[in-house]
Amino acid sequence: MRGLANAPMARYLVSRLGTTVLIIFGSMLVLFSLSAIVPGDPATTLLGPQATPEYAAQFIEKMGLNLPIHERLFLFFGNVLTGNLGEDVITGRRVTDMVLAALPYTVALTIAAIGLAVLVGVPLGIYAARNQGSKLDTLLAFTSVAFIAIPGFVVAILLLVIFAIWLPWFPVLGAGDANSIVDQVYRMILPATALAIGWVGMIARLVRTSLLEVLGSDFIRTSRAYGLPERKIVYKYALKNAAIPTVAVLGMGIGRLLGGAVLVEIIFSRPGLGRLVLDAISTRNFPVLQGVVLVVVLLFTLTNLVVDLSYTALDPRIRRGMARTRGAT
Amino acid sequence: MSRVLRSIVARPSGAFALIVVVTICAMSFLAPVIDLQLPNKINVTQRFELPSAAHWLGTDHLGRDLFSRLMHGTTVAMSVALSAIAIALTLGTILGIIAAESPARWERPILIIFDVIASFPSLVLALAFIAVLGPGLWNVAIIIAITLVPHFGRVARAQVLSVREQPYIEAEHILGASRSRIALMHTLPNIMGPLVILASMDIPVVIAIEAGLSFIGLGVRPPLASWGTLIYDGFAYINQSTVPVIVSCVALGVATLGFTLLGEALRDAIDPRMRPAT
Repeated sequence: MRGLANAPMARYLVSRLGTTVLIIFGSMLVLFSLSAIVPGDPATTLLGPQATPEYAAQFIEKMGLNLPIHERLFLFFGNVLTGNLGEDVITGRRVTDMVLAALPYTVALTIAAIGLAVLVGVPLGIYAARNQGSKLDTLLAFTSVAFIAIPGFVVAILLLVIFAIWLPWFPVLGAGDANSIVDQVYRMILPATALAIGWVGMIARLVRTSLLEVLGSDFIRTSRAYGLPERKIVYKYALKNAAIPTVAVLGMGIGRLLGGAVLVEIIFSRPGLGRLVLDAISTRNFPVLQGVVLVVVLLFTLTNLVVDLSYTALDPRIRRGMARTRGAT
Repeated sequence: MSRVLRSIVARPSGAFALIVVVTICAMSFLAPVIDLQLPNKINVTQRFELPSAAHWLGTDHLGRDLFSRLMHGTTVAMSVALSAIAIALTLGTILGIIAAESPARWERPILIIFDVIASFPSLVLALAFIAVLGPGLWNVAIIIAITLVPHFGRVARAQVLSVREQPYIEAEHILGASRSRIALMHTLPNIMGPLVILASMDIPVVIAIEAGLSFIGLGVRPPLASWGTLIYDGFAYINQSTVPVIVSCVALGVATLGFTLLGEALRDAIDPRMRPAT
């Protein structure tokens, strides 16, 4: 990376990486404290009142619940750092394996939703910006708010009722035949649409406003004065500059998207982290819950880091600005 | 105040939002008082009835009147939303002011705590806490409040940092006012505007999180009716009737839309500068 050559950039990189590590450690600490503040006797809470005293004692021994709290903390951090997220309280399976098995479904759904949102949202935003005040622009102004405001899981249920029950166009449940890509994609259409709809509105609005802002700037006026074709100005120069805020917002929105994916997966009975979490909660399987939450936080933090660094590297103004206003926040 | 109101009503979306919000508030206050048809009264001979004069929105899988259950849902949604936001606003503002006014060794830890909390997707953090503490109205409100604290805290801090440089604050310093007096009497009133707007815009977010948690059984306990539990009940019996699930989904959708539009109208009326720059 060329940006590394200047000292403020390097300093920014180091401090950004440091913050990321701190955040990850902090969230591990939060998750550990959660298991430590379980009200009452942890074995009864985790196993339920039906557990025999022998089993409870064995469980306490196995989970290390009898150790002093600082030893448990070290144990927890040591385990997590070596990729061991503990064991399923009921089946004894490794939580790491369970999470790794469920993760691809959730990641695929999230990526499909983002892809869909960008594919629909960006052209809508460009159209609205180029035809300011047109019918579509006005319609978009209202519908985008509606799409952003209405919770994704409500959209998911309504889509399911309309397109899978009233009009039996789509299958209702599951992720489909593991060997058939076509079937899997087919079954992903409704859930991905449900997740994407809010983002279509948000991206369209963002692209519209940032494009309008860029189109009003001096360098676009200069390009027009040079007689460059309008298409080239909009698509080659303006859009590139308007993309930066969109990327930033998408990066920050990954967390909301993952949270939404959990609910959407439950509604469409798809395997994935959502189902894993729900099962873990209903069976009081705390290690599984802890593992899933930790992985989601990790995904979220790392995506944010990548997005932050990439648009810092992409936008020369941010790089230069850093050299000038370093220290100010 | 009347200027703000007039500018909200001037737009069709603002007028729509105001009607929705006023209706919801009225319903949430009236629900415990009037109780037309007891929301938990079971009548198995009248399961899945379609909307009629006796049951305005029909009945659910246990023959309970959906309209009175929805009304009770508004009370739950509003109590969770208002208490969560009150807690988050208070805590966030205090922490934000402390972060801005104290030396770096105090500021850093506060900002890192904000970052850690914000690094959890709110629904996931709420999920983790509630799985441990157990479901319930107050647990839900407190946990949602915690997830929102960084949101208010960061804005409060940024506001303090910009207000601090104003001449009238400097004048207070020169006049010998104490730091706590300046913070309480001068900084606080001047940073509240954006925070209140932020609070109004967070109401639909809280309503959605509460409904989501109740939908997966981690929010309000049955038989108490929340919009999320109504959607869950309707969804569980979707093969027998789609009316309950659609009624409750539409109610939640209209409510979140109404509050979002009102928040935006309020922001544009009070402080147009807060419109997102991008």
